Amino acid sequence: MFDILGIASRNLLRYRRRTTLTLLLIVIGMVAVLLFIAVAGSFKSMMVGQITDSIIGHLQVHRKGYVASIDSLPLNLNMKPQMVAKVEEALKANPTVETWSPRVKFGGMFSNFAETTSIRVTGIDPAREAATVPLLPGRMVEGEKTGALVAKGQIVIPLLLSRGMKTKVGDTVVVVATNRDGSVNGKTFVVRGILESISGPGGRDGYIHIDDAKELLRMTEAEVSEIAVRLKDFSRLGQVETQLKQVLGGLTNKEGKPVLEVHTWADLSPFSSLARMIDLMTLFIKVVLVSIVLVSVMNVMIMAVFERIREIGTIAAIGTPPSRILSLFLAEGLMLGIVGTVAGTLLSLAAIVGINLWSPTFAFGQQQNLVMAPTIAAGDVLTIAVLVVIVAIIASLQPAWKASRMDPIQALRHV
Amino acid sequence: MSLVRAENLAKTYRVGDIDVPAIKGIDFAIEAGSFVAFVGPSGSGKSTLLNLIGCLDHPTSGTLKVLDTDIATLDRRAAARFRGEHIGFVFQDFNLIPVLTVFENVEYPLRMVQKWPVEKRRAQVLRLLDAVGMADQANKRPDQISGGQKQRVAVARALVSQPKLVLADEPTANLDHDTAYRILELMKKMRDEFKTTFVFSTHDPKIMGEAEATFTLEDGRLANGGSHV
Ligand SMILES: Nc1ncnc2c1ncn2[C@@H]1O[C@H](COP(=O)(O)OP(=O)(O)OP(=O)(O)O)[C@@H](O)[C@H]1O
Ligand SMILES: [Mg+2]
Repeated sequence: MFDILGIASRNLLRYRRRTTLTLLLIVIGMVAVLLFIAVAGSFKSMMVGQITDSIIGHLQVHRKGYVASIDSLPLNLNMKPQMVAKVEEALKANPTVETWSPRVKFGGMFSNFAETTSIRVTGIDPAREAATVPLLPGRMVEGEKTGALVAKGQIVIPLLLSRGMKTKVGDTVVVVATNRDGSVNGKTFVVRGILESISGPGGRDGYIHIDDAKELLRMTEAEVSEIAVRLKDFSRLGQVETQLKQVLGGLTNKEGKPVLEVHTWADLSPFSSLARMIDLMTLFIKVVLVSIVLVSVMNVMIMAVFERIREIGTIAAIGTPPSRILSLFLAEGLMLGIVGTVAGTLLSLAAIVGINLWSPTFAFGQQQNLVMAPTIAAGDVLTIAVLVVIVAIIASLQPAWKASRMDPIQALRHV
Repeated sequence: MSLVRAENLAKTYRVGDIDVPAIKGIDFAIEAGSFVAFVGPSGSGKSTLLNLIGCLDHPTSGTLKVLDTDIATLDRRAAARFRGEHIGFVFQDFNLIPVLTVFENVEYPLRMVQKWPVEKRRAQVLRLLDAVGMADQANKRPDQISGGQKQRVAVARALVSQPKLVLADEPTANLDHDTAYRILELMKKMRDEFKTTFVFSTHDPKIMGEAEATFTLEDGRLANGGSHV
């Protein structure tokens, strides 16, 4: 028994080696793409996750102009309590916002009574900070990982600083800061923990309680430098950004200029360009895959048509409709595509499982021993699979069309 | 009424700027149920004429009616349908489909050209294979049988959809004399059994004798009006 698919599969099996080689190309291409998507994708989401979940948060709200001069941590660009209240109102009203954390940031001097160095300090509400950047407590390499991140009178310092200043957990240190009026104030702290430093802005900051910051800077009211925001659904970042920009951008000063600004993690971190680069490379490798499938399938189909010219002449002469001749050859390309796709997908998934079992580690910035755990979404697999099958059909279209248009007399005379 | 009727039929090929007249205005008629040969030397126009009768080509001038259809009016698709319904073909090189078995080759026109239901199809294929004496080879592939056997299968394939007309351009040119003779005997027997009209071409004088009527072509013209043996 036979039909179009049956004849197509027998013709493919007739040239076993050639078919196998073509399938091999498709399979190699698919494995390369799916593995790349899985590995690069997991690296990217790990990287983005580290940045958003241990330092930046998903979004941040500042007073207008703060981010432009963020390196100097300007105290005169802090948000006043009534501004903060407006922001919190907007955040509360947004259903996608999970939580947020107000921060006071400043630069100061750090002294262990023997040596002095500069330090960037973030004053936080420990509970809210831990909720907004849940990976932060995990960065604690010395000192208790559990319990409040930092209590009043305590400081958490970055690893590089602790090494340089030979400061240990339990030591007493002094932080001296200049407030916005230019007067200097100092305060002693007990080192509560040491944080692993990580790459990116804020990765080498110390943390104190927000009330201590207020006291040290002699603030008369509860000013805030930035509000870090965490979303329930990271994939809706763009949407929430637009919504918040709309609501908060509407708040203006007496001159009618906006007083607040909203930035996403990508605006605030240099790693967003790395993430974009990964996306670009993924696109690039997809283009390579499409080309491989296109060229190899087209090549094999052109050969198939050329070799079978007399056969095509025969079936055309005895009355096979041109559309059916077209289908016969399209079916061959389709089957190459489907078989290649299935084999490629299975092999890729096996490789991904294999990598997860092997769990190799890699370093990102200061962080060592990050475990590579590639995963791939079913949607990605499906997209690639459909892409390969469609490209295989497109590649067979021209040869199949040529076969269906062949003049039977000339085809039959072909030697 | 004649099955095939040609009036002042001409076919001229154009090669570059040069006209090559292959059929130069001929008249003939072929009656239903006859067993007819076109004979003549190489290049006399036999294949050209059979291609015209088989609706594989269009005449340059004159008319050619097959089953009362003026073949000049058929476009590609209509010609394909017409061939599939009314004409069977036997080729010089057998032209069986290599990936199909003997059974499937005979079944092909009923399955890929016409759409016969399974049971009817099977019965018809078996009937034809039986008639050409190939029933016991039904599951073999074409490369597992001899040339003579292949041509038997081809005859079965040409007849399976019960066409009015079977055309065979030099059907025996690739067979030894004895086998050629037996293929012609088979075709004649099939003509009797299935009431089909057979038209074939040959340049082998010994084979010509098997025809009941011969048209002799010479340089694109008929040398006789269709002499009956
Ligand atoms: N496609 C074509 N293009 C140009 N000239 C052709 C073409 N087909 C046939 N001819 C010419 O037409 C004439 C008749 O050719 P045809 O093939 O019909 O002869 P034939 O009797 O079948 O010969 P043979 O016994 O060699 O098969 C010859 O001169 C041939 O060269
Ligand atoms: Mg010829």
